[in-house]
Parts: sequence; structure tokens; C-alpha cells
Amino acid sequence: MESTTTDHAAEIDRHVRVYLTVFASLMVLTLVTVGISRFHFPVPIAVTVALLVATVKGGLVACYFMHLISEKRLIIAILALTVFFFIALVALPVITVHDGFWMRG
Amino acid sequence: MEIPYAVEVRRDTGLINGKIGIWLFLASEVMLFGALFASYILIRTGSPSWPRGDTMLDVRLATFNTLVLISSSVTMVMAWASLMRHRFETFRMYMGATILLGLVFLIVKYFEYSAHIHEGAVPSTNNFLAIYYTLTGLHMLHVAGGMAVNAYFWGPGAKLWKTNPEWFTNRVEHSGLFWHFVDLVWIFLFPTLYLL
Repeated sequence: MESTTTDHAAEIDRHVRVYLTVFASLMVLTLVTVGISRFHFPVPIAVTVALLVATVKGGLVACYFMHLISEKRLIIAILALTVFFFIALVALPVITVHDGFWMRG
Repeated sequence: MEIPYAVEVRRDTGLINGKIGIWLFLASEVMLFGALFASYILIRTGSPSWPRGDTMLDVRLATFNTLVLISSSVTMVMAWASLMRHRFETFRMYMGATILLGLVFLIVKYFEYSAHIHEGAVPSTNNFLAIYYTLTGLHMLHVAGGMAVNAYFWGPGAKLWKTNPEWFTNRVEHSGLFWHFVDLVWIFLFPTLYLL
């Protein structure tokens, strides 16, 4: 029984070390985001880089703080479905813009 | 009557009901913010010119707020980890810090809004400011809502720890999931509105 409690405590300590590492990474990536924006890249490059860094940061929060990395399949399935509809939702205006672009051409 | 599957895992899902409930709620939140992001893309790409966020908004304050919100996510997860280690007083310290950091975020946002309004930069000024106020305003409501729930678990709701610590720990985990989601939304809002 005592061994189980010790194992559990060690497991939580391991988690805490991961949280602190993720925290430091998020802080650094935030400063990287701001730093990159000072270069004033053309809009398509700036958008790509900014969203790439934001996705990495969001991934860290979701995987480690929200424990998605060790979550049950049902939750992953719910989120996969959500991501599918989210992409469809965001793609709608992009398709509209493309339509307008071809119309102008 | 006892609420079923608040602590005990359901055989069919392998999860407690609260966990599925909060993730379904967060899925609906993704779609809510997704709709606004889609609106932002539509308005921005359809506009002949669009200002860079840093020419109209205060990037230093927003960077500070980003660091504040990330810190609050860490204190939130540490609060939950404290409960997992049965350290209630440490939980209260971390949860208190989370609430205070949320408050700092809102205060900074108040000063930001005040400065804009003082300069006459209101939602009706242009499309950029309209979508800025809509997205950040909705996000601020979420921060305030998360703070209210966290304050409940820090204060009166903490009584549950004495009678059913496992249930209380699960509740804190679920409020933490919401809080991390609020942080996640800001991680995308910050570059989208302030830096691009």
C-alpha cells in the first residue's frame, strides 16, 4: 500500500516537471512570436509563421495541460469530429475568397 | 440521491460523466470561436486594405497579458496536481494565484479598452476594431466565467474536499480544462489581432 502511494507521488512529481518544462517553452515561444513579427515579413509568410508557432503552443497546452496526450479514445474521437467541422467552417470564407478571385480574373 | 458516475468510471465510455460533459462543451466552444475566426477571415480578405494590429493596438500590454494567462494555466494545473497529492493548502495557494492572474488579465484589458475608447477607437470606427472588440470581449467573458467557477472551488465549493475528495479533484480538473481552453483561444487571438 505504501509502495503504491509512493509510486503515485512519484508519478505526480514527474507530471509537475513536465508542466514546468511546457511552461518555459510557452514563455519562450511567446517571445519568439513577438520577435518574428518585428521582421515585417510579407503577409502570407507572417500569417504562416505566426499560426505555426501558435499551433505548437496550442498543441503543448492541449497535450500536456489538458492531458490529451493520455486521454481516452472517446474524447479524441469527439475532438477529431470537432476539428473536422472547425476546418470546414474556416474553409468556407477561404473558398468564398477564391471564388471572388476567379470571378475577378 | 447520489449523482451517478461523478467518481466511478462508466464501463461503456471508460470515463466519468463530467469529463465527457466538459469536452462536449469545449467542442461547442471551438465552434463558437471558429465562427468568429471565419468571420474575421471573411472580413479581412474581403477588405481592400487592413491595418497591422501593432499599428493600432498595444503589443507590449498584450504580450504581458499572454504571459499572465500562460502562467495562470500553470498555476491551475499545479492546483489540480496538489489535490492529486492530497495537499489541500497548496491547492488553495495555486488556485488563489490562478484567480489573481485572471484578475490581472482583466485589469490590463480594462486599461487597454479605456485607452482605445479615450482615443475614439470604438467598434463602429472600422471593421478591424469591430472584430477586435467582438473577439476579445467574448474572450474576456470566458475569463470572467472561468474565474467565477475557480473562485467557487477556492471558497464555498471546497467543502466537498472534506466529504468526497475524489469528486472535488475531478471537478477542479474539469474547471481546469475550461481554463486551459481560454488560454488556448488567447494563444491564437494574440498573433491574429495584435501582430498580423
